[in-house]
Amino acid sequence: MPEALTPHPPARALEPRPTQVAFEGDEMVLNMGPQHPSTHGVLRIVLRTDGEVVKEAIPHLGYLHRCFEKHAENLTYGQVIPFTDRMDYLASMNQNFSFVVAVERLMEIQPSEREEYIRVIMAELNRIASHLVSFGTYGLDIGAVTPFLYAFRERERVLDIFEAASGARLLYNYMRIGGVMRDLSPQLLDQTRAFVDYFEPKIDEYNQLLSFNRIFIERTAKVGVLSAEQAIDFGVTGPNLRGSGVRFDLRRDDPYSIYDRFEFDIPVGEGLQGQVGDCWDRYYVRIQEMRESVKILRQALAQIPDGELARRPKSIKPPKGELYSRTESPRGELGFYVISDGSTNPFRVKARSPCFTAMSVFGELARGAMIADIIAIIGSLDIVLGEIDR
Amino acid sequence: MDRIVPAARDLIAWLAEQLWSGFGVLLKMPDELFALLVMVVVGSLMLVFLSLLPLFFVWLERKLSARIQSRLGPMEVGGFHGWLQTVADTVKLLLKEDLIPAGADARLFKLAPMLAVMASLAAFVVLPFSDWLIVADLNVGLLYFIGVGSIGVVGILMAGWSSNNKYSLLGAMRSAAQIISYEIPVILSLMPAVMLAGTLSTQGIVQAQSGIKWFVIANPFMPLAFLIFFIASLAELNRTPFDIPEAESELVAGFHTEYSGLRWSFFFMAEYANMFVSAAIATTVFLGGWHGPFAAGPLWFLLKCFLLVVLMMWLRWTLPRLRVDQLMSLCWKYLVPASLVCLFGAGTWYLVVNRLRGGAAGTFWFGS
Repeated sequence: MPEALTPHPPARALEPRPTQVAFEGDEMVLNMGPQHPSTHGVLRIVLRTDGEVVKEAIPHLGYLHRCFEKHAENLTYGQVIPFTDRMDYLASMNQNFSFVVAVERLMEIQPSEREEYIRVIMAELNRIASHLVSFGTYGLDIGAVTPFLYAFRERERVLDIFEAASGARLLYNYMRIGGVMRDLSPQLLDQTRAFVDYFEPKIDEYNQLLSFNRIFIERTAKVGVLSAEQAIDFGVTGPNLRGSGVRFDLRRDDPYSIYDRFEFDIPVGEGLQGQVGDCWDRYYVRIQEMRESVKILRQALAQIPDGELARRPKSIKPPKGELYSRTESPRGELGFYVISDGSTNPFRVKARSPCFTAMSVFGELARGAMIADIIAIIGSLDIVLGEIDR
Repeated sequence: MDRIVPAARDLIAWLAEQLWSGFGVLLKMPDELFALLVMVVVGSLMLVFLSLLPLFFVWLERKLSARIQSRLGPMEVGGFHGWLQTVADTVKLLLKEDLIPAGADARLFKLAPMLAVMASLAAFVVLPFSDWLIVADLNVGLLYFIGVGSIGVVGILMAGWSSNNKYSLLGAMRSAAQIISYEIPVILSLMPAVMLAGTLSTQGIVQAQSGIKWFVIANPFMPLAFLIFFIASLAELNRTPFDIPEAESELVAGFHTEYSGLRWSFFFMAEYANMFVSAAIATTVFLGGWHGPFAAGPLWFLLKCFLLVVLMMWLRWTLPRLRVDQLMSLCWKYLVPASLVCLFGAGTWYLVVNRLRGGAAGTFWFGS
């Protein structure tokens, strides 16, 4: 047995798994990744299997490590922003947002009213785009190819809006400390309104096509059940935590920017098709969150005031001090711990990655599942390797 | 000039004489030999058809999936809707390097795709395209179809084993388990039709359905039998929602992970040919074969087959995939009992209803 397989001590007593093992056979070590169609990036998992039943799954990280945190120490605060783009590349706006909010809190400055709205609009659009990717690739994982293309069809419209706003389609680098890069034109706001109206009925289409498909439910319900206390113990956040039935969302529970002005619900997993906290619940929370994002977008688009953008500070030199600031990215609690020594460069930047904590619970969920379930579990955790490895 | 013309005349006359005597030989042939000749000719036709079929099906599947997914699919190669795309792909596959992995069992590795193609080719022998267009009208046609159909799994298993790759092996094991299990509902759902027709010969079964007496509506149990056959044959073909052996999101490409070039395309060809064979057997046994309004013939047969194939493709691009254990429980807990119910139900109906109506054996429930 290779050293790589030395088991980590289990954190808690294991729950009985639904899969029945009729007899114990020879074990096989199966290496999944880093090049594998369903590990959502360069994730490598070493599986110890008995036939199709997984006895142990050990994720190996680090294939995408780019020393973000060390880099950040040698850059000015403004220069760090494009690096945050590359963390969770499916939700770059939210990553920008989180970092600039952290630095603004450190400097105790605020953007103008209009910019706050622009930020929320961008963040919620990106949340929709990110959840669309999650939904589409989850369909692919389970074997349905068509939802993926439907999701990308809609995502394309979001990317068009982003392209018009920032000039980029994936890594936007749009938010600035104390504001945003550029104002949104009235046409672009109209385009966003049109998108919201176009998009909302599509969610029902997704539900028809995938969410309530009998085979899809068979594959995801009662699979990879994550109990609420287990989720809290492992520090799982975001839709994964809410899928386990915990109503916790930083947009409501620790509001930042102007999120306290909007009315929206926080969907949680209710075990509609199986147990609370199974893969289907985590998946369905994301579908419902798209609807909530649409709600927020409608309110923000109706309330957005006219006006000039704020003058951004010429030099960004936060006072000496340190601070942890967290925001709700599409994947959960994204936090930045920033230490300032009063110079133009941060002394230390630490990112708290929601995907990393989600990945830490994967080994627990995978034990006793089948190989096909492993895919369902990875997909339902909705990880982005760029953010895990940074 | 005046010398060439008579010479040409002579040549043509000589040729005509030779040709005529050639036809004469055909006419004078003993019946057995003549039948053999017809078999060879029809067989070669079938072979050409079979080699062109996957090309067309792959193109059709691409266009269909594109429509379903609001894309265009191939549009460039050949002009009209990329109709030459698959030909270009075939040329590419022919030119690709023939790779045999270092750890593979080379002999088995080479044999496996041949076996897979052979199995699907062999099934074409008993497909009745029309009342005369059939390679061999065996009196055990259906049994033969079931028999050669299960050779394919040996090829798959061989491919998975000889590749010396864990994903291939897992795929092959899944495939073997799946195909062997699903053979049972396939056979059981074909049996009621055999009972109605009183013969295993495919041509005989089609002839028993002349008019609109398609077996699918012959009695209330037959639609169920047709449904079971269709579902089970999807599983036998490794098509979605039962494409577990080659589940690309789990097992990379399943049993043909290590294959490339022509050998890979053999598996592909076998898959698409098998799709047609299954549709053809469904057409023959349940949908009246080459019978149809206006004129019976190969066109009706092909039309029905293609409709079923399109249905299979439609399902593939709509549904997700089942898990291995769910697949097995679907087979053993639902399909096998249901097909047994069909078998007994159809048999009882056949005996009781016909007796009540005072009809002779072989008449149908809606009267004749």
